[in-house]
Amino acid sequence: MKKFITTLLAVGISAAALAGCGGTADSTTQTVSTDGSTSMEKVIGYLSEAYMVENGGTKITYNPTGSGAGIQAVSEGRCDIGLSSRDLKPEEAETLDAEVIAIDGIAMIVNPQNPVSDLTIEQIGKLYKGEIANWSEVGGSDAPVVLIGREAASGTRDGFESITGTEDMCKYTQELTSTGDVVQTVSTNPNAIGYASLASVNDSVKLLSVEGVTPSTETIQNGTYKIQRDFVFVTPKNKELSEAAQSFMDYASSAAADEMIEKAGAVPVKR
Amino acid sequence: MKNLKKTTDALEKAMNAVFTFCGFLAVAFVLVITVFLVISGIPAIGEIGITDFLFGRVWASTAAEPQYGILPFILTSVYGTAGAIVIGVPIGLMCAVYLAKMSGGKSAGIVRTAVDLLSGIPSVVYGLLGMIIIVPLVRKVFDLPDGANLFSAIIVLAVMILPSVISVSETAIKAVPKEYEEASLALGATKTETVFKVVVPAAKSGILTAVVLGIGRAIGEAMAVMMVAGNVANMPGLFQSVRFLTTAVASEMSYSSGLQRQALFSIALVLFVFIMIINLILNFVVKRGESDE
Repeated sequence: MKKFITTLLAVGISAAALAGCGGTADSTTQTVSTDGSTSMEKVIGYLSEAYMVENGGTKITYNPTGSGAGIQAVSEGRCDIGLSSRDLKPEEAETLDAEVIAIDGIAMIVNPQNPVSDLTIEQIGKLYKGEIANWSEVGGSDAPVVLIGREAASGTRDGFESITGTEDMCKYTQELTSTGDVVQTVSTNPNAIGYASLASVNDSVKLLSVEGVTPSTETIQNGTYKIQRDFVFVTPKNKELSEAAQSFMDYASSAAADEMIEKAGAVPVKR
Repeated sequence: MKNLKKTTDALEKAMNAVFTFCGFLAVAFVLVITVFLVISGIPAIGEIGITDFLFGRVWASTAAEPQYGILPFILTSVYGTAGAIVIGVPIGLMCAVYLAKMSGGKSAGIVRTAVDLLSGIPSVVYGLLGMIIIVPLVRKVFDLPDGANLFSAIIVLAVMILPSVISVSETAIKAVPKEYEEASLALGATKTETVFKVVVPAAKSGILTAVVLGIGRAIGEAMAVMMVAGNVANMPGLFQSVRFLTTAVASEMSYSSGLQRQALFSIALVLFVFIMIINLILNFVVKRGESDE
């Protein structure tokens, strides 16, 4: 029993000592705070992880609030870098700088058995709004359209709906919580159509071209593929960035970051 | 010698304190969870209005003008659970009868091992199999545009509640005194008649316990149904894409904010109240079963 108590004490003391150590380590680290678009979570995650491995003294925080809130936060000085998945509005651009870090290409996918291979953005909008309910109306076989989408909080859904002008109007058949689920479901249902980040599309589904343009890194970079949006770092015009924030920003816009951006499912900017 | 007695006494006291502490820890967890859910769940209900919240038919939490009606979720959970019970309980009960009364030693062992394994399979695996096998099958068999609907969820839930239904009702059936059965057989009843008219009625309260446990398991399941039910906040229909109370919380929690987040806590509170009611019923059933004997 004595031994037991001694062990307990020893564990307790060492735990307290360790906790003490944790408290003092922070003073030397620098923090870069980012705030904004939930769609950029993966990109920021990959970039900050890779950056922090190389720069041990810097800690990058990310607060997923949404593009609007992120722009607001950086203009009020509440964070170092604002994250936006839309371009700045003219009045915002008066005081803020925007730098495109990556491009988000959203691919439209159907089952390989579906004869349809090209849709216009207008057709896609009508399909998702339920105005076109049968594949025969867009050149397919006589079968009902099954609309596969993402959950309400998804960044991909937000991007897709804002580009096709279908916000809050989509008549989804299924709302799935991951890109993988969307691809899987479309691959098993011959009548399904879905959207997913280009990087996560595989051979089990058929990639649609939109207005005649097939999505690829190239067509997304030159802007001919339409269902895409920019991932933007927003910084104040009148204020110098902290050294750490500037360094992270330089890293994110350098060629070294391209690999991480691709891993995160986005398309790097053409340099 | 005296010294040794002293240390034993001290040890006894210390361990007594440890046991008591652990006992109360469980109580503390329940209290903390309850208090937390009530505190975080009430504000949104107040803001939305309890009738709009509980009986509103539209859930559009991220729309420009958000609406927070959870009637579709409540009904889906109730229908889904009821469906799972309707399919799962008869199968489970008959399996329990087989295990307790009909089978010889070796085959019962195989079935029992299978049932135990079934209970150990993680729910995400049920969901995955449901998504890959049941959803396409339901689509083909019923000639639907899409197979992710309430019916697929019911099938998956029915399989998931089998282990608890089987093991609890088997115990109940085995507890029926052998004399009842022998008397029935001696009076000339067949084995089947004996099972359904003597053994099952005698094991009634145990079987009811199994049913209530099954309800609890089905209503609280999130992962598996999220993968097969389609998750659109429709009013429930058998072949309609639906969202359960559990999946409503799980699918939106990660990025929710403000009133939407609070409303998700309120849904969790509603679910918690459901589970509490089920537990109370279970206690009642068990107590009545005891007083019967």
